[in-house]
Amino acid sequence: MAGFDKVVNSYDEAMAGLEDGMTVIAGGFGLCGIPEGLIAEIKKKGTKELTFVSNNCGVDDFGLGLLLQDKQIKKMISSYVGENAEFERQFLSGELEVELTPQGTLAEKMRAGGAGIPAFYTATGFGTPVAEGKDVREFNGRNYILEESITGDFAIIRAWKADKIGNLVYRDTAMNFNPMAATAGKVTVVEVEEIVEVGEIPPTEIHTPGIYVNRIIQGSFEKRIERLTLAKEES
Amino acid sequence: MALSREQIAMRVAQELQDGYYVNLGIGIPTLVANYVPEGMQVMLQSENGLLGMGPYPTEDEVDADMINAGKETVTAITGASIFSSAESFAMIRGGHVDLTVLGAFEVDQLGNIASYMIPGKLVKGMGGAMDLVAGAQNIVVTMTHADKRGNSKLLEKCTLPLTGVDCIKKVVTDLAVMEIKDGAFYLLERAPGVSVEEIQQKTAGKLIVNGEIPEMQFD
Repeated sequence: MAGFDKVVNSYDEAMAGLEDGMTVIAGGFGLCGIPEGLIAEIKKKGTKELTFVSNNCGVDDFGLGLLLQDKQIKKMISSYVGENAEFERQFLSGELEVELTPQGTLAEKMRAGGAGIPAFYTATGFGTPVAEGKDVREFNGRNYILEESITGDFAIIRAWKADKIGNLVYRDTAMNFNPMAATAGKVTVVEVEEIVEVGEIPPTEIHTPGIYVNRIIQGSFEKRIERLTLAKEES
Repeated sequence: MALSREQIAMRVAQELQDGYYVNLGIGIPTLVANYVPEGMQVMLQSENGLLGMGPYPTEDEVDADMINAGKETVTAITGASIFSSAESFAMIRGGHVDLTVLGAFEVDQLGNIASYMIPGKLVKGMGGAMDLVAGAQNIVVTMTHADKRGNSKLLEKCTLPLTGVDCIKKVVTDLAVMEIKDGAFYLLERAPGVSVEEIQQKTAGKLIVNGEIPEMQFD
């Protein structure tokens, strides 16, 4: 690596330093926009006792669900889980801890974490099980709960294009949680579809500035579709 | 006759206004998109980060990177925008979405809603529902008036864990349209052929019936 060149050439290098017990923030919504190769590398490494912050936990044989097979995940912080049988089994048997977090609160926890804001007030969840044990404060006649932000030892994300110094562009709704996750990792690793030369992405079209990114790896993606829905044929 | 799922969606579609930004939940709410009145423009928001959601794709158009909040493959209309989850929920929490339509297990006369968790069953999570009910100014809940055993879902007080408090003002069921205010359900309309007595009998919460209650009108 020289200067700002953040491209690494192996998955081993991309995930170097990940240790048992760490917190990993992962981009993606369902199976859309997930860093497939980085997840595969964590599976290969066999790192255990991990806490994952991710909107979902994949399916049985794809996405973060792969890491359930060898019980690498200790805790999930997510808004919607349970699209897989193994998840359900580990959750019901108490092997896997789950902290359900409203989707917007989860996104904001990552955003705030990356922006150096330790906590924020939100109306979301007031008066519900989510509010248990949290500070409540009234602003302008409305009740809000205090939510703490999240940072991770690692953030693993997927982008469409990266230049060599880590400026990123996402593709369509594969953006989802990736931009916030990118800001909230002590080490942010990006798996991309295409690495381009510096200057190829116009500055105003960059979604995530390279300052947040530590390592870039060229990936190849299966891009599995979770629910294929098609237009009805016009008769 | 109780309304079908499609008829509930048709009735909810009458709540749309030209120029509305609308978020539709999974299930009956999704069907509302099929009944947008002719000549009216609405833009659908999908909370995974899409404003201007279009119809399902043809086989040629399918793209794994274009999905909605139900994880279904979709398209984007001309004029759509795509953004991050934080931006998406800024729109929702900031009150910029004009109408939110979502389903529920229970609603009570104080405007509380329970829609994500049945104790003893596997809890999959609230997704974006808590953000939507806390952020939207204008929420319509769609559901059947009673469960399969005939137990009312319109209660004095919700029995299940809440998704949000004091946030629901309108409910469209297979039997009736109701407004929630001042700690009661106000009956506004009834499904064609359904009597006020039947609605009364299937509403466990406080139901206010003022004068003649008109039948819902469908074109």
